[in-house]
Formats: sequence, structure tokens, C-alpha cells
Amino acid sequence: MLVSEFLDTLSGYDIAGAYWVNLKLTAFAAVLALVLGTALAMMRISPVTSLRWAGTTYVNVVRNMPLTIIMASMILVLWPQLGLTLADDFATNFFRLAVIALAVYHASFVCESIRSGVNTVPVGQAEAARAIGLAFLPAARLVILPQAFRGAIAPLGNTLIALIKNSTVAAAASVPEISVLMREMVENDANFVVPIFLTIAVGFVIIVVPVGVLTTYLSRRLAVSR
Amino acid sequence: MTDSFVTSVTPDGERVPSHSGEPLVVLSEVNKHFGELHVLQDINLTVHRGEVVVVIGPSGSGKSTLCRAINRLEPIDSGTITLDGQPLPAEGKALARLRADVGMVFQAFNLFAHKTILENVTLGPIKVKRMKTAAAKQRAMELLERVGVANQADKLPAQLSGGQQQRVAIARALAMQPKVLLFDEPTSALDPEMVNEVLDTMVALAKEGMTMVVVTHEMGFARKAADRVVFMADGQIVEEAEPEKFFTDPQSHRAQDFLGKILSH
Ligand SMILES: Nc1ncnc2c1ncn2[C@@H]1O[C@H](COP(=O)(O)OP(=O)(O)O)[C@@H](O)[C@H]1O
Ligand SMILES: [Mg+2]
Repeated sequence: MLVSEFLDTLSGYDIAGAYWVNLKLTAFAAVLALVLGTALAMMRISPVTSLRWAGTTYVNVVRNMPLTIIMASMILVLWPQLGLTLADDFATNFFRLAVIALAVYHASFVCESIRSGVNTVPVGQAEAARAIGLAFLPAARLVILPQAFRGAIAPLGNTLIALIKNSTVAAAASVPEISVLMREMVENDANFVVPIFLTIAVGFVIIVVPVGVLTTYLSRRLAVSR
Repeated sequence: MTDSFVTSVTPDGERVPSHSGEPLVVLSEVNKHFGELHVLQDINLTVHRGEVVVVIGPSGSGKSTLCRAINRLEPIDSGTITLDGQPLPAEGKALARLRADVGMVFQAFNLFAHKTILENVTLGPIKVKRMKTAAAKQRAMELLERVGVANQADKLPAQLSGGQQQRVAIARALAMQPKVLLFDEPTSALDPEMVNEVLDTMVALAKEGMTMVVVTHEMGFARKAADRVVFMADGQIVEEAEPEKFFTDPQSHRAQDFLGKILSH
């Protein structure tokens, strides 16, 4: 029977393992992108002109560059030309380079999400913070960002969803993630092309849909009442 | 009422004209533009320790800008502003420290929306003055008690009425033990029935000898608590007088005109 034959084929591959690689890429890149994106957002709202300029330039350059190019430049430029080695083990090194490419790219979207969150915070909040003697950094950390994050949950969630899907671009860095496995499966079992595609697609839906539901819930739940 | 400010109150609670104190806030030849608009024009103003100055004038005359210039929420173009003899630093840490000495109460309250009432009052003392959390909480509760909202300490600002929020904002400013308190139309955003609870708190502060600059059109407050009324129009200080004299016998045409308008309704 065709179905059991297809299931047999599937069991010959480590699909869960490949998805796990995507999830690991996503998790590490998400943390890095959040840190970098928050720093960029603070630069963009800071009173220092040169920092604002640097933040804006980063976002505009990186956001408008295809992720594949960033990924490829990691592998083809940073590693061989500039000697950036992040691990002795070949596979680990490529995995880490891919994480950095994903983080660098998504940080610009994180920055813009947080900035949209900052726009939900009335300017009077910053003025009151300054008026009690808080300098820019403590005012940002204690008053502006906590409210901005809560106003940015929905766009941050969208960025996370994009990151999950974009983790497949790590294929360009030879990281053995799900899209690499899918190509392998299609080449080996060409008679099952359509069910293979569907299986992989359903896997992504199963991962992505809860993220969307959760962030929508949280953005309502944690909204700052004014 | 066991504060160090009580010195200027007589036994029967009357306020003594107290500008015998030395100059505390001194603005000299202050100018400020917003683009083409000359919002502050050669402003000279001295506020003495313990003095209560009411600033009054038509909308757009520069009253808010004046307040904001005093704690440098707005930078000025020329002139000097000194606090207790010290010029205001331009930016950075020194400015932040000096700002802590100037309390500000805003028209829109501006309580930190994500923090409880108690946290609103303790944030500055803990993070700016490096006070111990327990001590800051205790002092905050005393201040909240004093402005009559201690029973709301664990709520969020949005759960309080406007009048309650503004009293918390006053407590938040007082918690920094400022040398002077600035009020920018503190009752203009309030429903009428809540105006008095805030004004009463302010009158009590004035009687305790707090130095205050108050932008307000509340003549009752000016009469009860102010030592001096400063009338502004078109970015200039047009007239200064004691409240009674200003309201009954304004000298300038602009002031007569303005008082005519606010008294006629
Ligand atoms: N940030 C700003 N940018 C440009 N113009 C401003 C700004 N703030 C105030 N103004 C203008 O400066 C003038 C004085 O404003 P303000 O000090 O708020 O007056 P008041 O408090 O007496 O009503 C007004 O004409 C106002 O429109
Ligand atoms: Mg105003």
C-alpha cells in the first residue's frame, strides 16, 4: 500500500533531528538578535547624534540585504578570508556562523519592532523619568523599554516567526537542517515529491502557529493600561 | 507635618510672606526659540527659598516652556538659569543629579504606567538617591499617607482617579526631597470635582514652606497660597505683583484683558 510505503520511506530519515537543528538555530539567533536589536533600538532613540546615525544605518543596510547574501558572506568572506573561526569542529563552526548571520539580519527587525513599541509609550513617561533625575540609560531600562517591550510583543512575534522560517537559509552555510534533508529526500524518493513537501510544510505549521497564538495572547495580556 | 519646611508657618497656620529667603532659582536674560517663534524673551525671574510663585497667562504665552527650561527638559538658547547658586549643567550625569533637586508635576500626571503607586514613588529614591529599598518604601508610604492615597499603594496608576494620580505624582516628586517643585497646570486635566483635593494638597505644601512655581489659572489657589503672581504674555513677563493686588488692580492692558476674559465665565 502506498501510504505505508511512504511512511517507511519517512522513517528512513531523521526528520525530527533536522527540525531540531532549525529550532536550535532559531533559539540561539533569537537571543542574539534580541540583544543586538535592543542595543540598536536604544541607539536609535538615544540623545547622541552619532549613535542614532549608526543605528539607523545598520537597520537600513541590513534590512534591505537578502539573507542569503548575508549567510553566504559569512561562509565565503568572514570565514575563509578574514579567518573568523568560531569552533575547531567544521560543522559546529558553520552552525555558529549561520546563527550569527541569522542574528545580524533579524536584529534589524527586532530593532524596528522595539521602536514601534517605544512609539506606544507616551513622551510624558520619558519626561517624568528625566524629571526625577534618571539619566538616559536608567530611564530607558527602568521606564521606557519595559513598556516598549510590552507594546512590541506582536511585531516581535512576527519577527520570531520569520526567523523560524528563515532558519532554512542556513542551508547556504551547509548546516544540515530540514530544507537540506528535504532536498535529499526528494532526490532519493522522487515518486513521493508531493507528500514529502506536504510533510515538511505541515511541520512548519505545527511549529509556527502556536508561536503566533502565544504572542497574540501575550500582547493582549501584558498590554500596559493607561 | 513634621517636616523641615515648617519654619515659615505661624502657630495659627497662616503663611508668612517668606521671600526673606535667599534666591533659590534665578533666571537671567533667558531666551528660547522654537524655530522662528521666540517663546521666551529676556526672562528675568528670581524665586526665593520658601516662596510660592504663581505663573499665569494666556495659552501659548510660554508658561510650560518656562517650567521645562528650569529643569532643562527644554534647552535654552541664551541666558543663565541657576539653582541654589549653581548653573544648570548642559547634559549628562551632572544634569541628571541636579534635576533630582527640581521636582516636576505635569498636567497629564505622567505616572509610570507599568509600575505600582508605591513603585512610582520609590523608583527615584532607590535608583537615583541610592536609598535602601526598605527605607525608600517607608518614606514613600509616609508621603502617600500625607497626600491621602496610602490605601492605593499596590494598584497601578490606571486604576486610580485623576485626582488620586496627581496626588501620587506630587508624592513622587516630594520623595526626591527637591529644593523646588514645579507644577505645570496640575489641575487642568482633572474633572472639576477632583480639582480641590489636589489644590488642598498644594496649599498644605505651600504652608509648610516648600518653594513652588505653579502654572495655574486657579485664582483661589493663588490668593490662598501664592506670595507673588507672574503674568506672562507672548513669551515675556509682563507684570509681577502680590496676588491680591494683581487680581484686583492689574496694571498692564494685557493683564486687564486676560483677567477680564477668565473672570467673565
Ligand atoms: N516642542 C515645541 N516645538 C515647537 N513649538 C512649541 C513646542 N512647545 C511649545 N511650542 C510653542 O511655544 C509656544 C509656547 O508654548 P507653551 O510654553 O506650551 O505655552 P503655555 O504653556 O503658556 O500655553 C506655543 O506657541 C507653542 O505652540
Ligand atoms: Mg502649558
